[in-house]
Amino acid sequence: MKNIHKSPWLLHYDGSSCNGCDIEVLACTTPVYDVERFGVVNTGNPMHADIFLITGGINSQNEDVVRQIYEQMPSPKVVLAVGTCACTGGIFKECYNIKGGVDTVIPVDIYVPGCAARPESIIDGVVKAVALFQKKHEQEKGER
Amino acid sequence: MENLVAVLICLPFLLALLPLAVSNEKARGCVIYAGGAVILLLSVITAVLWFQDGTTLIFDLPASEIFDKIILAGDFILMFVIIWLSVKHHKTVISFLSVIQTGLVVWVELFGPKVEHTAHIRLDWLSFIMILIIGVIGVAIGIYAVGYMHGYHKHHKDIRDRRRFFFAMIFLFYGAMFGLVTSMNIIWLYFFWEITSVCSFLLIGYTGTKEAVDNSFRALWMNLLGGLAIAVAIVYAIYAEGTVNLYDIIENGKNAGLLIPIAMLAFACLTKSAQFPFSGWLLGAMVAPTPSSALLHSATMVKAGVYLLVRLSVALNGNSVGQMVYIIGGFTFFAASLLAISQSDGKKVLAYSTISNLGLIVACAGVGYEETSWAAIFLIIFHAVSKSMLFQCVGAIENATGSRDIEDMQGLAVRYPKLAFVLMVGIAGMFLAPFGMLISKWAALRAFVNAPSTLMVLFIVFGSSTTMFYWTKWFAKILGLHESRGEDVTQPSEYISMYFHAVFLILLCVGFPIVSKHVIEPMMLDMYGVSSPVLSEGNIAIMVIMVCAIFVVPTINYLLTRKVKDQPVIVYMGGANAGDNKNFVDSEGEAKELQISNWYMGEWFGEDKIFRPSVAFGTLMLVIFLCVIIGGAI
Amino acid sequence: MFGEYLNRFVMMFVFLVAAPFIGGLLDGIDRKLSARMQGRKGPGILQPFYDVAKLTQKQLLAVNKFQLLMVMSYLFFVMLSGALFFGGCDMLLCFFSLSTAAMFLILASTSTHSPFSTIGSHREMVQMMAYEPMELLTAVGFYLATGTFRVLDIVKADIPAILYAPGFFVGFVFILTIKFRKSPFDLSTTHHAHQEVVKGVTTEMVGIEYATTTVAEWYENVFLLGVVALFFINSNPLSYLAALVAVAVVFFLEILIDNTSARVKWQLMLKLAWGVTLITGGLNLLILELIQRR
Repeated sequence: MKNIHKSPWLLHYDGSSCNGCDIEVLACTTPVYDVERFGVVNTGNPMHADIFLITGGINSQNEDVVRQIYEQMPSPKVVLAVGTCACTGGIFKECYNIKGGVDTVIPVDIYVPGCAARPESIIDGVVKAVALFQKKHEQEKGER
Repeated sequence: MENLVAVLICLPFLLALLPLAVSNEKARGCVIYAGGAVILLLSVITAVLWFQDGTTLIFDLPASEIFDKIILAGDFILMFVIIWLSVKHHKTVISFLSVIQTGLVVWVELFGPKVEHTAHIRLDWLSFIMILIIGVIGVAIGIYAVGYMHGYHKHHKDIRDRRRFFFAMIFLFYGAMFGLVTSMNIIWLYFFWEITSVCSFLLIGYTGTKEAVDNSFRALWMNLLGGLAIAVAIVYAIYAEGTVNLYDIIENGKNAGLLIPIAMLAFACLTKSAQFPFSGWLLGAMVAPTPSSALLHSATMVKAGVYLLVRLSVALNGNSVGQMVYIIGGFTFFAASLLAISQSDGKKVLAYSTISNLGLIVACAGVGYEETSWAAIFLIIFHAVSKSMLFQCVGAIENATGSRDIEDMQGLAVRYPKLAFVLMVGIAGMFLAPFGMLISKWAALRAFVNAPSTLMVLFIVFGSSTTMFYWTKWFAKILGLHESRGEDVTQPSEYISMYFHAVFLILLCVGFPIVSKHVIEPMMLDMYGVSSPVLSEGNIAIMVIMVCAIFVVPTINYLLTRKVKDQPVIVYMGGANAGDNKNFVDSEGEAKELQISNWYMGEWFGEDKIFRPSVAFGTLMLVIFLCVIIGGAI
Repeated sequence: MFGEYLNRFVMMFVFLVAAPFIGGLLDGIDRKLSARMQGRKGPGILQPFYDVAKLTQKQLLAVNKFQLLMVMSYLFFVMLSGALFFGGCDMLLCFFSLSTAAMFLILASTSTHSPFSTIGSHREMVQMMAYEPMELLTAVGFYLATGTFRVLDIVKADIPAILYAPGFFVGFVFILTIKFRKSPFDLSTTHHAHQEVVKGVTTEMVGIEYATTTVAEWYENVFLLGVVALFFINSNPLSYLAALVAVAVVFFLEILIDNTSARVKWQLMLKLAWGVTLITGGLNLLILELIQRR
């Protein structure tokens, strides 16, 4: 299958972010940026999603949730950490309840830094994720 | 033939004594099996012998004078039974109904004008079908009852074991029904009609609790009201028409416009088949053990009402009696299916669905066209089989799980695969394309469009959608995940009966074109003098293909998907599953069980919202139309 | 005679082959138009095909494997109803078959015992209850207008059905919003990103399962638009053009409604759907009955 990258469906998960990045993620779907041009659909359902987009760091409350959602996504799948908190834990890193970035729980493929990450860079990250998505698919097919 | 029919009617009455006499449980079981087998055999033989000829037979039973005397005496016995029981339970008022009607009938019979002698028995296509339904479905229920009552009394230690009496009543029912569907003399018909009323009254009161007694008396007075109507019809027929022949009365109603006896008989049918405003008794009948509900709902009792209506349907076409019948029937179809939505008790859903389907049958018979009668008869057949099966299945589920609440049937397909299979076939038979009930609904809709009757078309389309809703939610509950398999305590005799029904139903669905061609169409020819296929051959072919597809397609898909590689995953609960499908993590971080419930929409369709207005509407219609009919006749 | 049968089979075949393409294209146009209405550029109109193609390539995660076979049966019965319709069979039969299909969808969804998909399927049942009367009445309307339930004969009528059955047409277009899962009646599942019950009926459908459901929906949409067209088609060849225009207008209208209204509660949906059915369908039925009585 050649064109699998033309239909990347996103799952947006908000960890313990300050909501700044989330606003920017949503901004991507507005008329100004319109990621749907690339076939991106912001689905709310891990079972349908290809790209797992996480904002905010991981705390002890959402640790299991993130892991579970990740497991509920059918492969091939790509994880995209958006914002400094999701990448490293950011400003909250030293908090008593914060474990750190998303990669402390699940393997992250692409990091989009920024506080908050700008829509342009988020789209950039998504485009990178899409390419990786296609690559992973081809790899999987090779293994089969 | 005379002798055979005499035996068919009398034997059940005699057999009723057997379970009374045998006190050992095992022996009694054998006696009932044997008795049931004999009745089944007799009814099938009668039907087959008659079918070979296929012509309407009219004859007297041998020694018919004795029978006349017995029936006269029987009327009195029934009256005394009712009086005794009503006085015993402080409901003396009810006994007046019985006294009046028995008095009326006996008085015209003894002192009224002499009428020309009419033959007592008439065998035709409709009797043929009814004999088969009673013989086959009724007996299957009897067989099921042996196993069921065994489990029932194990569960309910507090209820006095009156099984001997119970089985005697069931046999009485067979006899009365055979008599009812073959009687040509309306006095005979009245007698058998009264037996079914009294038997059902006794069966409903089986447990002896206050609720049961109250409900049984409600059933009694409503049915006695019907009996009274028949008594009036008899008096009128004798005085005004000089006949006690049911077919003469129908003929006069059709040609001479003598509508009063027809209206009275139709009224009796409405009470018997639990149409609004008389639906209460059938709901109350749910307190009885399941086999008696099954018997009342499927093969006997309520079918007596619609049987007589189908008989009358020739005389109902295009007059005010017909209007009364089909408006009440159509309304009942819709209102009862709305009410069924709000019920979670399996038996209650079945009860409302019975009322609703009977409404459709009543409406079909009331319009009195050839196509609608065709539909009515198919509805009777399919309803008898599916409903009997469903009741038995819910009964077995209740014995196995201790609950008949639909909410407790989650994942039944995993816990009790065999019972779930039966339940699914039964439910599918009730509403799913292309099973039986839907074929009939289809034919009914076409007929009403032709009629044309806007009101009825609306009743049917809305009623169909609500029917679909309450069945679908039940159906969806059965499939589904569940962790464990349950211990199945269902007795073999129960399974024999249920599987028999399931197979029979599927065969009927596949073979309905044959039934239509060789049984129903000749019957229509008999009744209406014309007969045309209601469904075109092309459509029938498609229907049969669909019946097969509904079994074949999932099977093929199962085989196709069996090899598909899949990875088990837990359901999505916003990531908050507590590690499995059953529990989620609550706000305090602890696992909590997930409860999923069906929708009942009590605020919209609850009994407290709809039942009374429906009864009021039914009463209003009945009163208005009766005034019009009687006023018109005077 | 043989020619007619051949003709019907060809039509069935054409439907079975072409419907997914037409349905997919319509879906693409829908998304493009919606995007434009919202001031966005939107995806290409082939996007739905890319989506389905991708879904077939995804790993199959299954809560209950039973779901896959139910979804496939759903597809089969939707295809059957459409094929019966385009093959010129009885309209009531087509709609009954469609209800059976919907039944399989519900079974597929509840078989997982998932909270979201169960709520979705209960809403789907309410939707069915809301639209079914009008669906059946539509068939009745065709019968009263043309004297037959058979599609094959309806298209041969002298006068288009719409002249006798405008009320039925309005009612049918109304419930079409429910059937197309368009806002304000997209209660059970939606085409937009997500809703309060995630993806409703389709929540637990993964990869190939979801692809199958989507394709089934395309078949269904083509079938339903075919019914819209049937209101205009008669023996006059030009009527096909009129039907095409009508379908385009109805389709555009549905998208417009979708983009300009917010989701309602089931209570309001049921009230509205039944109310509209009674007023448009019922009134039209009554008038036709009165005319016929004359």
